[in-house]
Amino acid sequence: MADAAVAQAARSGTDDVRPLVRVEGLAKHFDVSPPWLTRVLRHEDRTLVRAVDGVSFDIPAGRTFSLVGESGCGKSTVARLVVGLYNPTAGEVEFDGVSMANLKSRREMAPIRKRLQMIFQDPYASLNPRWRVADIVAEPLRAHGLMTDRRAIQKRVGELLELVRLSARDGEKFPHEFSGGQRQRISIARALASNPEFLVCDEPTSALDVSVQAQILNLMKDLQRELGLTYLFISHDLAVVYHISDYVGVMYLGRLVEWGTARDIFRRPQHPYTRMLLDAIPDLEMSGRQRIPVAGEVPSPIHPPSGCHFHPRCPFANERCKAEEPKAIATPAGGKVRCHAIEEGRLTEEVVQHALGRD
Amino acid sequence: MAENTTREKPARKGALLEVENLRVEFPTRRGTLTAVDDISFHIDEGEVLGVVGESGAGKSMTGTAIIGLLEPPGRIAGGEIRLDGRRIDNLPYEKLRRIRGREIGMVFQDPLTSLNPLYTVGHQLIETIQTHTDMSESQARRRAIDLLAEVGIPAPERRIDQYPHQFSGGMRQRVVIALALCVNPRLVIADEPTTALDVSIQAQIIKLLKKLCSEHGAAVMLITHDMGVIAETADRVAVMYSGRIAEVGPVREVIRNAKHPYTHGLMGSIPMVGHDLDRLTQIEGSMPRLTEIPTGCPFNPRCPKVFERCRHERPELIAVEDTRVACWLYEEGEQRRTGSHG
Repeated sequence: MADAAVAQAARSGTDDVRPLVRVEGLAKHFDVSPPWLTRVLRHEDRTLVRAVDGVSFDIPAGRTFSLVGESGCGKSTVARLVVGLYNPTAGEVEFDGVSMANLKSRREMAPIRKRLQMIFQDPYASLNPRWRVADIVAEPLRAHGLMTDRRAIQKRVGELLELVRLSARDGEKFPHEFSGGQRQRISIARALASNPEFLVCDEPTSALDVSVQAQILNLMKDLQRELGLTYLFISHDLAVVYHISDYVGVMYLGRLVEWGTARDIFRRPQHPYTRMLLDAIPDLEMSGRQRIPVAGEVPSPIHPPSGCHFHPRCPFANERCKAEEPKAIATPAGGKVRCHAIEEGRLTEEVVQHALGRD
Repeated sequence: MAENTTREKPARKGALLEVENLRVEFPTRRGTLTAVDDISFHIDEGEVLGVVGESGAGKSMTGTAIIGLLEPPGRIAGGEIRLDGRRIDNLPYEKLRRIRGREIGMVFQDPLTSLNPLYTVGHQLIETIQTHTDMSESQARRRAIDLLAEVGIPAPERRIDQYPHQFSGGMRQRVVIALALCVNPRLVIADEPTTALDVSIQAQIIKLLKKLCSEHGAAVMLITHDMGVIAETADRVAVMYSGRIAEVGPVREVIRNAKHPYTHGLMGSIPMVGHDLDRLTQIEGSMPRLTEIPTGCPFNPRCPKVFERCRHERPELIAVEDTRVACWLYEEGEQRRTGSHG
């Protein structure tokens, strides 16, 4: 069923399911200038890092949207903006039809807050070592005032621990008694305590071993099915993203360069950066497939290249790419891509094959 | 041959590094912990041996034992390590230090910890070169510039006088590789060399390591948790679990036709692009802590094919087809055992 809906969405370019989360023109600039006096003495202007620079996407209810990219591309900043840990410099996040920017007071925020939760990368840093697991998991219940009766809380905590395949008795223990994977289960149980609809997961399996990662990914998929959860998933690991996502957005230096259904992004990548990222995945099946050689590094986000940020590393860049920021255009498969070469029809199969043949 | 430091490509491929029945122990107040438990393997000249395993499998500990850098109270409690036929596990500190610099190069995960932030990259390279050869300062400097160029650092004449913090993560790892290759080592031990790097940089570093080792004819012990890196780089791979080798053999064979149930589960738990699986293979539980290693086969509590013998008797590595496996499902020289366990 879900697959059919996704496939249809791929054809029509939209999902029939209503978007639970809409991100529109989202931007976050950080001021990294030296102190005022230093600036005056050196005749310098303010320095801004455009960590997120005009990002727009929708997440349909009950689906997983993943942001993927290399370090410094702004994917974690988007995650923090979406849950409201940062205030956007521009643009807005809409949750279930309500713009989060309009919610000024804590009181107005509260009903939305408990409907969205976050899971962090490091399960060693995100759990208070001096609290018992039961108290950690019960914290959202108490913070949101959802339950006050001690016995009811205890029962709910037991249910939550069992939901993430731990035992209700584990509530008595402290975090250090658990392995990394079990700790991540505790983080998930805590995130689920307030019955959220939307989870933002920032690299939830990056600190885990592969066999444990498989357990957590399976659990996240099961929970999505059981509870109808919507995920925003942040990862640098393309194989994990392929496995878990319905939709994927590829970020480079603060901008989305290509986004669409996971199937299309991985089967028919359009943007040269997406192609390069896919080609950088180690060939575990040892198929010996041909790949565009990867070159260069992500430049400093403080002084990003002009025009299309990717142009210094792009084998297909020309003068226009250096000068002009590409607009989003629709791909044949229904996704979106920002690339002059594609827009102009320069990126034909022969051109790509030629690039392959260079190595 | 043993004392010959000017090296040509050998006509005969022989074992460069031999590790026999190596045990690494940590005496603690509550008893002795065994981090590496009686393992044996070898690396041939010019060969890349991948050592793969999850955290706590003992793979890094094996690497540090070989280069004699175990942190006390950790110690080698048994076995022999031979480089080119000479024992190196019982050498006095100074002798081992000389071998470490001249014959064994090292690349660690975090390039920042392997470089001294207070000295320029050039200073560190030149110092290393001069410690192990009798080159003059200017000769060593020229060699350092050549090395930086070789590892793909643009404008090496300018960058040699910069400090480590002026390099990006990927470039810093290139400097560390240059440092490891300074004196043409015969063996490079690379411990998670690409783990701290982005995917696109990882691909470049893997390619570089492979190219340099084949050009310099150095053997490589590549320690990593990432099967993908192994598939791209190694000739043979040893899969470690709880301080022991579960399976060792040619990479293609181990990846495509894993024999040990642990390797099999591990391969199934890796998500792959293009594989439309609803669920990944799940190995229940996690690797036992050093204090709780079960008797018999250490994998037995998590093994889907466990039977009585696995709980009591420790399986040794035996040859099965092209690989060697430590598992009671197999018998020496035979195919998988028939019967209810197969």
